Amino acid sequence: MNSRANLRSPLAGVLNQGAAHAGVHHWWVMRLTAVALAPLCVWLTVSLLILPGTGYTAVSAWVASGVNPVLLALTMLLAAWHSGLGLQAVIEDYVARPLWKTSLLVLSAFVNALLAASGVYAVLRIALRSVA
Amino acid sequence: MDERPLSPHVTVYKWAYTMTLSILHRVSGMALFLALLALIFWLVAAAAGPEAYARAMRVLASWPVRCLVVVAILALWYHFCNGLRHLAWDMGWGFERAQARRSAVIVVVATLLASAVCVYALVRAGAGTA
Repeated sequence: MNSRANLRSPLAGVLNQGAAHAGVHHWWVMRLTAVALAPLCVWLTVSLLILPGTGYTAVSAWVASGVNPVLLALTMLLAAWHSGLGLQAVIEDYVARPLWKTSLLVLSAFVNALLAASGVYAVLRIALRSVA
Repeated sequence: MDERPLSPHVTVYKWAYTMTLSILHRVSGMALFLALLALIFWLVAAAAGPEAYARAMRVLASWPVRCLVVVAILALWYHFCNGLRHLAWDMGWGFERAQARRSAVIVVVATLLASAVCVYALVRAGAGTA
């Protein structure tokens, strides 16, 4: 920064620039995933309840049939994302010690990313195996 | 860290049942994280093959896990119904005290009804295959 800039207060640098529009990102994605998950949860619950059986063959056939793999993969992905945002809010609000807070935030992000990847991989593997 | 002053917050308010619903949203959310873990464990087992699936089902069909499934169903419908309540608030609707209390009662009743239907369907399906 040059000497002229130093005469300006830090506040003056940001005034009248408008909002960064990044502050509401967490809030917005939480709502977006919630709205998407609402119908998906109803679909998944009803599908699981009317499943003809819980055996390997019946479950594999259900995962692979029609639009099910797409909706299932989407549900896993969005649920893990929504769960990551939720756990983040809980950890930030209730865990005061910085080391614990940071460790738990990292752990939560990693576990939810692992859940999303595992869920999508499992659905794809079952669906593609049935096609082959 | 420990010396930081903390203003008295939660404990200074007279208890209202809407507070319990509020914290239950977070509790049920965390329960659903564990349910998601179980659901993905189930799918991964199915992806791994018949033997792995049979082994996973022995764990998932055990009585302690069956009880946890009932808890997960309750958590799901609670989080679902109260989540819709939150979305209504986000639209600016239902902030009046009377409205918030009425929607709280609706959430609890809807949760119990939806959960009862699910548990009934599960028990019936279980009785059919057993």
